[in-house]
Amino acid sequence: MSGEKSTEVQPEQAPEPGQPGTEVMQEEREESRFSVALREIMSGSAVLSVLSVLMALVVGGILIALTDPRVQEASGYFFSRPVDTFSAIWDAVAGAYTALFNGSIYNFRREGFDNGIRALLETLTQATPLIAAGLGVAVGFRAGLFNIGGRGQMLMAAAAAGWVAFALDMPFGIHLVIALLAGMAAGAVWAGIAGFLKAKTGANEVITTIMLNYVAFYFLYWMLSTPGWLQAPGSNNPKTPGMKETAVLPKLFGDRYSLHLGFLLVIVATIFVWWLLNRSSLGFKFRAVGLNPSAARVAGINVDRMAIYVMLIAGALVGMAGVFQVLGPVTTGFSAGIDAGIGFDAITVALLGRSRPWGVFAAGLLFGAFKAGGFTMQASQGIPIDIVLVVQSMIVLFIAAPPLVRAIFRLPKPDPTTRRPKNIQGKKAVVTK
Amino acid sequence: MSVQATTPSSAPITLERTVVKSWKAPIFFGIFALVALLAFGVFGREGFSTFRLSTSYDLIQIPDISLPTRATGWIIGILLLALTALSAWIVNQGRKTPLWLTIVFGVLFMVGFLTWTSAGSLLPVPGLLIGAVSLSVPLIFGAMSGVISERSGVINIAIEGQLLAGAFTSAMVASITRQPLLGLVAAMIAGVLVSFILAAFAIKYVVDQIIVGVVLNVLVTGLTGFLYSQVLQENAALLNSPPRFERIPIPGLVSIPIIGPVLFNQTIIVYVMYITVAVVAYALFRTRWGLRTRSVGEHPTAADTVGIKVNMTRFINVSIGGAIAGFGGAYFTLGSVGSFTKEMTAGAGFIALAAVIFGRWDPIRAMLAGLLFGFATNLQSVLGIIGSPLPSEFLLMLPYIVTIFAVAGFVGQSRAPAADGKPYIKA
Repeated sequence: MSGEKSTEVQPEQAPEPGQPGTEVMQEEREESRFSVALREIMSGSAVLSVLSVLMALVVGGILIALTDPRVQEASGYFFSRPVDTFSAIWDAVAGAYTALFNGSIYNFRREGFDNGIRALLETLTQATPLIAAGLGVAVGFRAGLFNIGGRGQMLMAAAAAGWVAFALDMPFGIHLVIALLAGMAAGAVWAGIAGFLKAKTGANEVITTIMLNYVAFYFLYWMLSTPGWLQAPGSNNPKTPGMKETAVLPKLFGDRYSLHLGFLLVIVATIFVWWLLNRSSLGFKFRAVGLNPSAARVAGINVDRMAIYVMLIAGALVGMAGVFQVLGPVTTGFSAGIDAGIGFDAITVALLGRSRPWGVFAAGLLFGAFKAGGFTMQASQGIPIDIVLVVQSMIVLFIAAPPLVRAIFRLPKPDPTTRRPKNIQGKKAVVTK
Repeated sequence: MSVQATTPSSAPITLERTVVKSWKAPIFFGIFALVALLAFGVFGREGFSTFRLSTSYDLIQIPDISLPTRATGWIIGILLLALTALSAWIVNQGRKTPLWLTIVFGVLFMVGFLTWTSAGSLLPVPGLLIGAVSLSVPLIFGAMSGVISERSGVINIAIEGQLLAGAFTSAMVASITRQPLLGLVAAMIAGVLVSFILAAFAIKYVVDQIIVGVVLNVLVTGLTGFLYSQVLQENAALLNSPPRFERIPIPGLVSIPIIGPVLFNQTIIVYVMYITVAVVAYALFRTRWGLRTRSVGEHPTAADTVGIKVNMTRFINVSIGGAIAGFGGAYFTLGSVGSFTKEMTAGAGFIALAAVIFGRWDPIRAMLAGLLFGFATNLQSVLGIIGSPLPSEFLLMLPYIVTIFAVAGFVGQSRAPAADGKPYIKA
């Protein structure tokens, strides 16, 4: 170990390539560099992430196989004809994951490229709100705030954007922008309540955001079932009228595909969050507060005010997801379940993306693929879409505990000197000295 | 002080006592008292409000009470103002507003509200209370789970998952064996399994506890939802029709007016709940286990120094918590509903978490908070039947708004155990 360790430190001190040095040394370094590189790859987060996804898919496969009626039937006479059992398992699992692929990446069962590619575009459509909300949660994480209130923020944003979209008359373009801004503002205000309470009274944001979810739900439900607010005129159902054409997010590739302008907006949002966290002074303050609030306070950062700012930005991003829900693929009006669990999925997306903007983007795409494929799997194979929840949560659990994955696959431990802190929130562990 | 320090031979040194007066409680009381006086008294509704206090099954029959709505509103408003003055006087004396005063204030306000809302109609009080207890049972079990594990320093957001796992397993096992008691045992095992994952990841792999909890909730929701659609629904007669527990009236106690039928004509799960709360409250503050638990949650380093195995204690506590929450989850299937449905806990675990914080990590207060939330939820459905001037959605919001107020300082600074949520790494 110690020999390897010294070679790892060497590259920093070693002369640049091309500078004088003995041939033997050079060769030795090349070799050690290769092993270092291999070690870094094998112990790095990319391999861990891939392995986590694989393991979660295996667990999902086991569940599918165990509950498949044909597998159960064949296992009844396992000892007389074991092949039947294995082929039934293979049929069940392969059928499920093929359907997942067909529904999320490219559908080989359909004829022609324009039909097959619809699956991928569906994935991107599903991923759009997940990424937006995931970014919101991630910004909170980086500042040490746990925003579980995605649901409430989305509902309030949907209410505001929906009202602007169906009640007001404006020219094309402006209408959409106003609706989007109204939604983001509503999300920001709703999250800002939690931020304000955190700053002024120290109220735990986990609790306040959970409670605000329920308040938002019942408030929206009341608005939906009260004539004159959000309820469609002449109807008794708790549902809004359809959105006006001028406010709907335009489709990117024509009406055949569901992908809408929101996907481009989400890319812009990802770039913005990347800039905010990595390049702006406000983002630096956020991260400082997230890593060590006491040190940040000593350095002159107003920790309380940062809590409000973070929640406002997080709420606006999550609110964006709410706007996409009402002005995106389905524009015929919405009811109180419009959030579709995205507020909670966003937490897992942010965790999987390790709260890095592009990581969140990738994680959102993955979960969008699971969602799009899950529907196909349910329709064609009769496998409940809940399996997607199991696989998603397994992925996050495995990714959150690298030592577990390493122990299962007997991977080398990473070099402790370059290891990033494991805690995503940057909470301090109590360490005895 | 410095003068006294230089003259040690003079009179005995008296220590200065800093008294922090928190006026939050009297201010909040005052606001609510004014609201009551204005809404129920000054702008009150005319007519009579009738309270039905006993059902036809009760041994001792109490006649219905009929109150003049507006006059009652006036009286209650004035009483609430008096209580506010009392609270202000107590705070001025440098003491804290006692819990009993808050409870009396809350109950009086609720009586005033009920009188106002049921003007000209009849309010069935026993039905209101029985439903409230029934709704708060899983909340209280969940809150006990939260108290035990958070007192030892592990944040338990996975209460929802533990309840759901308990509900699912108990339904399945009780259906197959036709033995509800075996269902209870299975529910506890399921709860322990969920908390085992929480403990393993939070303590052994030092993953952030809130993250593990949130993910576990998703995992259990997905798993039970998947198995429900794939297995239970296919064969509901065999797998999802558990026998329910019968109500067991406790002789003597059940004939107490009003409270008797509410508290002492319940299933065995509810009686176990009373015992659990009492045992947890006693054990946490009066036994060696409780002292160790609290020390591990407040200052793990110190606890380790005197030889307490910190992580072992946490592991055990989280497991006990899981068993209790799993038991509470069984109430959904074996006590109230009678079969498992997808996501049937419907956020009860999160409300239980709120009850833990509202109850300041104290078993008795957490139980009271659980009862309050159950009452508010049931109030909405009862008032929906008799018709209320207030939309039912706003009543449904009430417990959550109250919790926000509570966390924001109405119940004083609700302070978590010092090492709550922080993993302990022995170096």
